[in-house]
Amino acid sequence: MGNILIRIYRLIMVLFLLAAGVLLDRTGMLEYMADPYEFAYVLALARQHIVMVAVAMVLATALGVGIGIVFTRARMKKYAGVVMYIVGLGQTIPSLAVLAIVMSFMGIGFEPAVFALFVYSVLPIARNTLAGINAVPNWLLDAAKGMGMNNCQILWHVELPNAMQVMLTGFRVSLVICIGTAALAFLIGAGGLGEQIFMGIDLMRTDKLLAGAIPTILLALLADYLCEFLGLLLIPRGLRLEQAL
Amino acid sequence: MVWDYIVNNTAKCIELTLEHIFIVGMACSLAIVIGVPIGVAITRNKSLASKVLNTANIFMTTPSIALFGIMIPILAPFGYGLGKVPAIIALILYSQLPIIRNTYVAIKNVPPELVDAGRGLGMTSWQRLKEIEIPLAVPVIIAGLRTAAVMSIGIAAIAAYIGAGGLGVLIQQGIGRSYEPMILTGAVLVSVLAIFVDGFMAGLESLVTPKGLKVGRRLRHG
Repeated sequence: MGNILIRIYRLIMVLFLLAAGVLLDRTGMLEYMADPYEFAYVLALARQHIVMVAVAMVLATALGVGIGIVFTRARMKKYAGVVMYIVGLGQTIPSLAVLAIVMSFMGIGFEPAVFALFVYSVLPIARNTLAGINAVPNWLLDAAKGMGMNNCQILWHVELPNAMQVMLTGFRVSLVICIGTAALAFLIGAGGLGEQIFMGIDLMRTDKLLAGAIPTILLALLADYLCEFLGLLLIPRGLRLEQAL
Repeated sequence: MVWDYIVNNTAKCIELTLEHIFIVGMACSLAIVIGVPIGVAITRNKSLASKVLNTANIFMTTPSIALFGIMIPILAPFGYGLGKVPAIIALILYSQLPIIRNTYVAIKNVPPELVDAGRGLGMTSWQRLKEIEIPLAVPVIIAGLRTAAVMSIGIAAIAAYIGAGGLGVLIQQGIGRSYEPMILTGAVLVSVLAIFVDGFMAGLESLVTPKGLKVGRRLRHG
């Protein structure tokens, strides 16, 4: 029975790819991208998109990991629950709402968009850093203390490597959400690939629309895979867990 | 500012909120009907499970506005390029990952002793599923539904741009008119709805969890 299911799955995938190819040709998206001017324009928008995401993510990672580390220190630990609650609450707020709220007090343009992306991306990173460091087993910390490590060494050599898997999951969620939200940043005047999508919808031009939507999707999938690869680099071999579902 | 807008446009706000709830509710109920059987089916076959979960993960990774964009040319020949139908289909696709994953994980985590006990009582495979595995998995499935519902509320706001209606309309039209109270009202109402639904589902989750089995929350945000 399992074999039949897998065959059906493969058949569906092949049919799906065929349909996607036919669709791309039918809608004229390939023709659209073959035009050198339009192609250069899409590339420029993609660059804008990536710069926006990169700036926001660098800032968000720095702050998120910082929050995670500060609120797991012995002196600040009592506030960790409150921080977790606030972060959890923040995560339920929809991305479009965050963009809209930021726009209403910072105006339109690149900076407000980056700020909104930054605020929204901090949350999963902070949450997972907190959770990851909190989940490091106590006996590991005791062993480190017994070896005469000071607090900095414990953080760097024991807590962070053990929490890395969870922290990376947070980073990955954050990055993917950030790329998706950056597509909405067009609405507050920051450009990016969302421009092609929204203009395509408004003009009812499918080729233009797909020329924005497909690169956005590829960007998100690529980022997702890169994060998996990053895990191989950052997590010490002995600590790699079974691929979590 | 927000309050003034709501007082002056109460009927419109209520109508849009109900429309939003309708889209999300419709999508979530269909998503359960599709997702839970898939989640149960893939517990029988490990390699199929990882394939299905990876596919669901691809949908989850896809940015929402890009998915709406791609669905326009696909559904346009059927006359559903814009409006509520593509929005609901997209929301169903997004909800699949949390629902399938939580169903799968929950059923996999049912202690094997219990299943063995069921076998010892002479239950068939179907009876074991119905009487043991699914009841024990329900809290975790609800936790997945909670993630899906909160996410869907956010994505449904974006669906206003493909004409699905809902509270995103306030944000969309507010941005178009540079009318701040309208934007803020939309943003605040959507956020309040999301937070409210999150709380409601949390309550439901602990309501259906048998005492001594309170593990549901751990599996969220995996």
